[in-house]
Amino acid sequence: MIAIVDYDAGNICSVANALERLGAEYVLSSDPETILAADKVILPGVGNAAEAMKSLRDKGLDKLVKSLRKPVLGICVGMQLMCRHSEEDDAQCLGIFDTDVLRFRAAPDAKVPHMGWNSISNLDGKIFKGVPEGSFVYFVHSYYPALCTDTIATCRHGDTMFSAALKYENFIGTQFHPEKSGDTGETILRNFLGK
Amino acid sequence: MVAKRIIPCLDVKNGQVVKGINFEGLREVGDPVEMGAKYSAEGADELVYLDISASAEGRRTFTEIVNRIARRINIPFTVGGGISTLADADRLLGAGADKISVNSAAIARPELINEIAGHYGNQFVVCAIDAKCIDGKWVATTHGGTRLTDRELFSWAHEAQERGAGEILFTSMDHDGTKAGYPCGLYARLCDSLSIPVIASGGAGNIGHIVEVLSAGKADAALAASIFHYGEIGIQELKEELRRNNINVRLL
Repeated sequence: MIAIVDYDAGNICSVANALERLGAEYVLSSDPETILAADKVILPGVGNAAEAMKSLRDKGLDKLVKSLRKPVLGICVGMQLMCRHSEEDDAQCLGIFDTDVLRFRAAPDAKVPHMGWNSISNLDGKIFKGVPEGSFVYFVHSYYPALCTDTIATCRHGDTMFSAALKYENFIGTQFHPEKSGDTGETILRNFLGK
Repeated sequence: MVAKRIIPCLDVKNGQVVKGINFEGLREVGDPVEMGAKYSAEGADELVYLDISASAEGRRTFTEIVNRIARRINIPFTVGGGISTLADADRLLGAGADKISVNSAAIARPELINEIAGHYGNQFVVCAIDAKCIDGKWVATTHGGTRLTDRELFSWAHEAQERGAGEILFTSMDHDGTKAGYPCGLYARLCDSLSIPVIASGGAGNIGHIVEVLSAGKADAALAASIFHYGEIGIQELKEELRRNNINVRLL
């Protein structure tokens, strides 16, 4: 059973729909016991990182997520919350990944939000099994996690190279949306699910 | 680098994809979910669905279709048509839309952009602008180009950006349906003047037109309907040609 953490941080039905397409059993929940009982956990998130972090704290889920020892996948803002800090409204985050989340500076060849399909490189780890170097995945974000020792995939937007994915022990995070990244995204989700 | 996007647009009326020229003689061309799935499999980067039914029953049917699309399709999609309140946006987000597009209602009440972007983020709001050239000035129109407004294209696009739109979808009503190509100089100026992505729409008759608007026209994405619906241009073929012209695209 997969628990999708439901903490009022934007659209979570697209993640649920993706799991349904893959035939995975899942539950949407903010209940600590349900999350603790799940085999794997997905922390989605869209919107403002500071508000999402507040929402996670208000539900008492911040310490819980950090304490999990089962596979956890953070997506987009869900992943940003697993970093140390976000420049978006100066948000203190969980500090699982050893990096900070910074704002893109707009340039003629780097519009903000960074929106659309971009290629990912330096792919490292089982989550990318069957995903060729340079594959395109779908991004929508204005803030990015800086490169660090936990980086397991990189992406370039204008002059900025950033972490497209991060991994630390049982935690994985993707800045892109695997649930919206076509067949490549489905492969990545399947790898996480072990299906 | 972020790839240039190819976006098929599907007009939906009473549960069916329809296509007509200037809203006359609409012809049903297929099921919205099946057509979307087909385009997605062929390499479309996103899809846009516009509800043109303009009736309460049509709205309900459309919301159900949005739900079916979200369950089936694994690429992003935008929905538009008749969105005039935060509640409309809320209903479509709940049904699974990744973005909504606003047009006439945002011209009538620009705060709508702030309200929707404030709730769901800039990435959720596409501001569609249909403009035509009147005495050398590009004027935003509503109701399929039949009504002029007091908004000038560039100032309105800027205002929409400042209010929180995440993208501009600009259609030249002088070029839409002509198949004679896009006004590329105009697109290039618009793209240079904005910090958010611009989607070009209306005017494509062949692959060369799309190559041009994504290179000389500097557009971030190209949207088209009939050339895809009638199989005049295949998406795979189009993207291979774009790649040959050194335009960065996602190939399957």
